[in-house]
Amino acid sequence: MARELMKGNEAVAEAAIRAGVTAYFGYPITPQTELLEYMARRMPELGRAFVQAESELGAINMVYGAACSGQRVMSSSSSPGVSLMMEGVSYIAGTELPAVLVDVMRGGPGLGNIAPSQGDYNQMVHGGGHGEYHSIVLAPATVQESINLTVDAFDLAEKYRSLVVVLSDGSIGQMMEPCELPPFKPLKTVFPDWATTGAEGRSKRVLTSINLDAAAQEVTNFRLMRRWQEIEANEVRYKTYFMEDAKFAVTGFGSCGRLALSAVRAARAEGIPVGLIRPITVSPFPTKLYEELSHKLDALLVVEENNGQMLEDVLVATRFQIPVDFYGRMGGMVPFPDEVLDEIRRVARGALDTSGHPRDRWLKRMAQKNL
Amino acid sequence: MADYDVETETLVYERPDSLTDLSTHFCPGCTHGVAHRLIAEVLDEMNLREKTIGVASVGCSVFSYNYFDFDFIQAPHGRAPAMATGIKRVLPDRTVFTYQGDGDMASIGMGEIVHAAARGENITVFFLNNTNYGMTGGQMAPTTLPGQKTSSSPNGRDVESQGYPIRVAEMLAKLDGASYVVRRSLDDPKNIRMAKKAIRTAFEVQQRGLGFSMIELLSICPTNWGMTPVSSIQWLQEKMIPYYPLGDYKVHPAIAEIKF
Amino acid sequence: MDEGKEITWIPSYGPEMRGGTANCTVVISDEEIGSPFVHHPSAVIAMNRPSLDKYEALVKPGGVLIINTSMTDRKAVRKDIKVIEIAANEEAEKLGDQRMANMILLGALLANLPVLPQESIKKALKGHLPERHQKLLSKNFDALQEGARYIP
Repeated sequence: MARELMKGNEAVAEAAIRAGVTAYFGYPITPQTELLEYMARRMPELGRAFVQAESELGAINMVYGAACSGQRVMSSSSSPGVSLMMEGVSYIAGTELPAVLVDVMRGGPGLGNIAPSQGDYNQMVHGGGHGEYHSIVLAPATVQESINLTVDAFDLAEKYRSLVVVLSDGSIGQMMEPCELPPFKPLKTVFPDWATTGAEGRSKRVLTSINLDAAAQEVTNFRLMRRWQEIEANEVRYKTYFMEDAKFAVTGFGSCGRLALSAVRAARAEGIPVGLIRPITVSPFPTKLYEELSHKLDALLVVEENNGQMLEDVLVATRFQIPVDFYGRMGGMVPFPDEVLDEIRRVARGALDTSGHPRDRWLKRMAQKNL
Repeated sequence: MADYDVETETLVYERPDSLTDLSTHFCPGCTHGVAHRLIAEVLDEMNLREKTIGVASVGCSVFSYNYFDFDFIQAPHGRAPAMATGIKRVLPDRTVFTYQGDGDMASIGMGEIVHAAARGENITVFFLNNTNYGMTGGQMAPTTLPGQKTSSSPNGRDVESQGYPIRVAEMLAKLDGASYVVRRSLDDPKNIRMAKKAIRTAFEVQQRGLGFSMIELLSICPTNWGMTPVSSIQWLQEKMIPYYPLGDYKVHPAIAEIKF
Repeated sequence: MDEGKEITWIPSYGPEMRGGTANCTVVISDEEIGSPFVHHPSAVIAMNRPSLDKYEALVKPGGVLIINTSMTDRKAVRKDIKVIEIAANEEAEKLGDQRMANMILLGALLANLPVLPQESIKKALKGHLPERHQKLLSKNFDALQEGARYIP
């Protein structure tokens, strides 16, 4: 198939359609709205379900209901809307249902703004909803990767009966890039043995997240945690650049990972032996990779469009065995490659201050820039 | 044995297939059981048991999935109409209903119910109004009557500071998307028969794709009201029915023609 | 894209949909593109005064600044860049359609920042425009040609 120029949000919508999504429920919010609009046009055209819900709360609970049928279903939103969805996210996890949610992140907290941000990392990766659960969280950096990961999201959701989040942001959602769309998958005709489709010729099925008996709830939670171990063992994905001879590495996910690539190239041109690690699954997190690298590298620089949320996972993985530094912009500000290049130069000069927490050192450096 | 002939014994009352053989957790005298039975009888009569998906809510109705013998899903507090929308949209040939109390539907779930009705979702909603939050111990609900004492309105509901009760049937009837909206009561045999007829009509409406149907069922809560079942029924008749008049609030012309 | 290059296009989305400094950034590259945002672009097309005020200073030294003088009332200040002035709205009107102004400016950009031959643009337009818009092609080609005459 020929490459076409597509906007991130629309490419994700078309990818979901081709992956066989039978129902989409959403609510308008910038910078995600093109996804909803695309679905509003395409889904009825294909005889599939589309509902513009009364709120994100309505949308996620429509997803919850539709997911009980065993069909492929999804929603999409942006940060403030995703916060509202956290109720449904926890219930979907507790009921062990497959569903896909796309979060096109924007600046926060609060109403914030509509500029690209990565401030929802903690909300999506470390919970957000109540209780013990993990979602699989995929972080695309390009329009093409958004397409590929959206298709994979449906497969992973079904394989593990889990919510899969495609963690995008305003820049990837709004950007146009050349991309290739996957072929159409036929809609599902066989449904899992837990789906509530009407008890025709069989005993009834109940899908619920309630367990008044705490011991029974714990059994469920142990099952969820063990399934998560399986996901951690099998589904970790990342991409590395220039790592063969690297003494230093930059690491960032999604759009921040790709803009760091520009800085890494510029640093290489200056002769600095630096590489780049871009996690594609931020949940499960590539912990092992960072642990291994902590024995090989001289220093690691974490770059994010937030206050160092992934930084904490990197610190746990590297167990403070190598100097880790952090550079981030917040609230919808996007670091330019030259800012990251300055940081790479600083790290490569050596003699890093490693006292205290990397976030505190970053805040101190930013204060010197009057930030 | 002389005058007794086994052959002529006829069964006149049994458990509907759509109900399981479990005893409910409902308090003695509670009308939830009556509502459950009516719904089950109608689904049996219409031969819909194997094609039905119920949506349970949060409150005393939370365990209704244990008592109905067909597929059931369990919604977060207030969200049953959204969940019902989701599953009905992907399984349009299935019968989908929600079973909700007044705290669940008229308070935390007001957004979901209003918009499901406005969209004309082809689902049926059973709304059990007993003027309080039963499961959590009898707190004030949106339907609590002016002056009514509850655990969170110990001096009686003061409309100046706690607002007025919501008449849900009247409100939803105003929406163009709603096709069949009625209020019935579970207080005496005549009203119970009328409630069953309305339940039948509502499922017929859904079967024919005529859109949103809602039946409000006035119910009693003897435990939290602090009354005997008999005096609770009396209270329903004397206090609730005047405030929440029984009747048909919205009957789409296409429904008026339904005969069964 | 058709020439095998990597490209990104990213708009300033949000409240600035019309007028003001609504803008987009285009990156064309031979390798995988990192940042779609650029601090100092090689070229800027300023279509109105607010955009000129905001983006003139950002052009890379030695870069190109193309100004639509139909919508601006001042000259460029920078001396270390190549400045092209075109009354694009008026020129477009002469071609019969004011909406051709952007194509004239694109023609000028290609003539002054040789990233792609004009022929590639023509081929791409032909290849990607939907059938119902194909009739507009020749006018667009004329506009590109017109813009290409602006070489200092």
